[in-house]
Amino acid sequence: MLREITLGQYYPANSVLHSLDPRVKLFGTLVYIITLFSFDNVPLFAMILIALIGVIKLSKVPFSFMVKGLRSIIMLLVIAGLFNMFLTPGITLVELGPLKITDVGLINAIKMTSRMVMLIIGTSVMTLTTTPNQLTAGLEKSLGFLSKFGAAINVDFHVHDIAMIMSIALRFIPVLIEETDKIMKAQMARGADFETGGLVKKATNMVPLLVPLFVSAFRRATDLAYAMEARCYNGGEGRTKMRPLTYTSLDQRAYICLFMYIILFYAVKAVL
Amino acid sequence: MAIIRSKDLVHEYIRRDEAGNVESIQTALDHVDLEVEPGQFISILGHNGSGKSTFAKHINALLTPSEGVLWVDGMNTSDDEYTFAVRQTAGMVFQNPDNQIIASVVDEDVAFAPENMGVPSDEIVQRVEKALKMVGMYKYRSHSPNKLSGGQKQRVAIAGVMAMQPKCIILDEPTAMLDPDGRAEVLRAVHDLNREKGITVILITHYMEEVVDSDFVYVMEKGKVIMKGKPRDIFTQVDELKSHGLDVPQVTMLAHELRKSGVPLPECILTRQELVASLAKIKNGGHE
Amino acid sequence: MNDNILIMDHVSYKYSPDTAYEVKALDDVSLTIKKGEFIGIIGHTGSGKSTLVQHLNGLMRATEGHIYFNGQDIYDKDYDIRSLRTQVGMVFQYPEHQLFETTVFKDVQFGPKNQGLDEKEQIKRAYEALTLVKLPDEFYLASPFELSGGQKRRAAIAGVIAMKPSVLILDEPTAGLDPRGRDEILGLISDMHEKRGDTVILVSHSMEDVANYVDRIIVMDNGRPAYDGAPKDVFSHYKELEKMGLAAPQVTYVMNDLKAQGFDVDTSATTVEEAKEEILKMLGR
Repeated sequence: MLREITLGQYYPANSVLHSLDPRVKLFGTLVYIITLFSFDNVPLFAMILIALIGVIKLSKVPFSFMVKGLRSIIMLLVIAGLFNMFLTPGITLVELGPLKITDVGLINAIKMTSRMVMLIIGTSVMTLTTTPNQLTAGLEKSLGFLSKFGAAINVDFHVHDIAMIMSIALRFIPVLIEETDKIMKAQMARGADFETGGLVKKATNMVPLLVPLFVSAFRRATDLAYAMEARCYNGGEGRTKMRPLTYTSLDQRAYICLFMYIILFYAVKAVL
Repeated sequence: MAIIRSKDLVHEYIRRDEAGNVESIQTALDHVDLEVEPGQFISILGHNGSGKSTFAKHINALLTPSEGVLWVDGMNTSDDEYTFAVRQTAGMVFQNPDNQIIASVVDEDVAFAPENMGVPSDEIVQRVEKALKMVGMYKYRSHSPNKLSGGQKQRVAIAGVMAMQPKCIILDEPTAMLDPDGRAEVLRAVHDLNREKGITVILITHYMEEVVDSDFVYVMEKGKVIMKGKPRDIFTQVDELKSHGLDVPQVTMLAHELRKSGVPLPECILTRQELVASLAKIKNGGHE
Repeated sequence: MNDNILIMDHVSYKYSPDTAYEVKALDDVSLTIKKGEFIGIIGHTGSGKSTLVQHLNGLMRATEGHIYFNGQDIYDKDYDIRSLRTQVGMVFQYPEHQLFETTVFKDVQFGPKNQGLDEKEQIKRAYEALTLVKLPDEFYLASPFELSGGQKRRAAIAGVIAMKPSVLILDEPTAGLDPRGRDEILGLISDMHEKRGDTVILVSHSMEDVANYVDRIIVMDNGRPAYDGAPKDVFSHYKELEKMGLAAPQVTYVMNDLKAQGFDVDTSATTVEEAKEEILKMLGR
């Protein structure tokens, strides 16, 4: 059940998107999110949708794989959608007892759910086509200016350390999810109950799950620290990269596409 | 010259209370003398808590001696100046396959050590390819480690060490968490490295079957080396091994039991071919 | 009274059913397990052995087929699956990873507490279980995280035994232990079987461990039982076992080698002791 979370997982394939520089993808995702939250009419929405579908096609990641990531938050989406639908004032369309569906509410609900769904699918396109290491390398490089700026004013922003922490966290998320599953089963075999009871009872019932999980995470951290030291890890200084980030003509073309998308989007927004 | 040499090596784990006063001292290594020649395949046997893992960490300069000296390729591991040189000379593979893979893609993980060492990018690519081919994992280079079997993960970990181009590789119970298939895979890879690339191997284990093909075996208990010799010499001492909580391969055990019942078998039987041949000789000899 | 304690009737389990990724982890398995049996389930990784045992206490639910415990279908709507889990005790691989309480004793009490027993009974159960696993009593009030590897494992096994299950399943109980720890744990399990007459199911990939203790071996391959019988009968198929990535105990090979050389021996020995007797007989001593 927990294993079905796809957010933050990499899907190996050989596509244009996979071979793009992570910085391009980071920038692209940023642009996508900004446009996603600033559309206010149907043509703009259609434009974003077409762009998303195009990118998904380019990624060669099966669509079903991306949708799987949605399953875990479907309840959240439904609740948020319902709240919007019933609690927004406007012209009443349908009346269900004390609850009213208004026109503005309906539009808001659709807007908000589609935004959430597209936000999750869009960001998972990035994580599915970029290895966590590339992603952190991209972040590290993109935030490189912070290090330089920090050096000038004598503050260490630990950009490399943060990038390293991120990549390790991403590496161990699936491992810890599997572990959670295992410990949960083991405690259930001892009669533990993770499902019934009120909020307080549920929270106390989590103790037999959380304590072993923390213990295991600490044990792994100790092991990992040794393993990293044994392989000569000594912070970011003097480190080289197997695949240093360099822009190719493909990345240039991607940047051009992105800028064209931005211009087109805001042109349409201004006109309509 | 010996590639690894320890002299009177002592390691004490000191526990202190909150005020910093010594609460207890536990001697994990107690005057260990050991010598490994380049190209040898050495095994260190012992059960949990015998000090064998502590010793392994010393060879990698993850721990330094409380007393005594340890030289790796002539470098004193207590000397901070050599720490990284020591780690590059004697690479280390750990027990838990999951907890030593740092990256989320196989080849990026193998690149981790050379990246730390500041090796130029194009050379890293070559090293990674070479290291992955050595352990037969090249075709998995763009896989996620999470999808690999335990044996495959351990081979990736070995490749990660080989990418440093070490002279020696130390494996601390690399098979303890694997199934029989995985165990065989890892041992095959390690023996290949030793035979074909001349890499010195130090295998730390509690599985007896794994040390049969070593050049030399050390048995440790309570921080001391209690037995050492060629596998054949060690395995003939069945009762002594048993008394230290170690077991012997079933065939050796059977030969030992038969000898105790008066069957005149030779003293050093390790394989079933040897046992069957000896029994046949006795049986046929009896008829004549 | 029926002495079949567990029955699996045409049980199948599929991962991601009806998709391209469908994997049959269990393929039409029918088995009966009798009260008091000591069974070894062997198979290589991915053969379905762990999936099989997780069905027996309802932690996994079959996609097809039925499972009966004491004659009752565990998939019946009003069947109490949580109570089944305490009656079919399951010790997972590396069980020490499930320890969480502040003291060993409290941790062992966790199972009985979940069964709804009163405190006095919980304490009695925990004490009995800890005695059974032979954990020295100076550790009862220690933190479980201060114990050694072998002791932790014993404490964790006690945590399951304390529920007094009538069937005890152990998934690779010796994984990662050294020979001394392994012998201790296997000795303990076999003692419990003998003294208490529990039904015990031991999942393992070590043939030699299994051959020394159990009365019946089930070999899993590709999600179905390939062989099911006494160790002697199962190991006589050693050539087929090899093809499944398994091997018979070394002594079985020795006996077969002797036979192949034309000696008149019975090849069914599966332990060192049996092989010794047989060889002595062959030599006429």
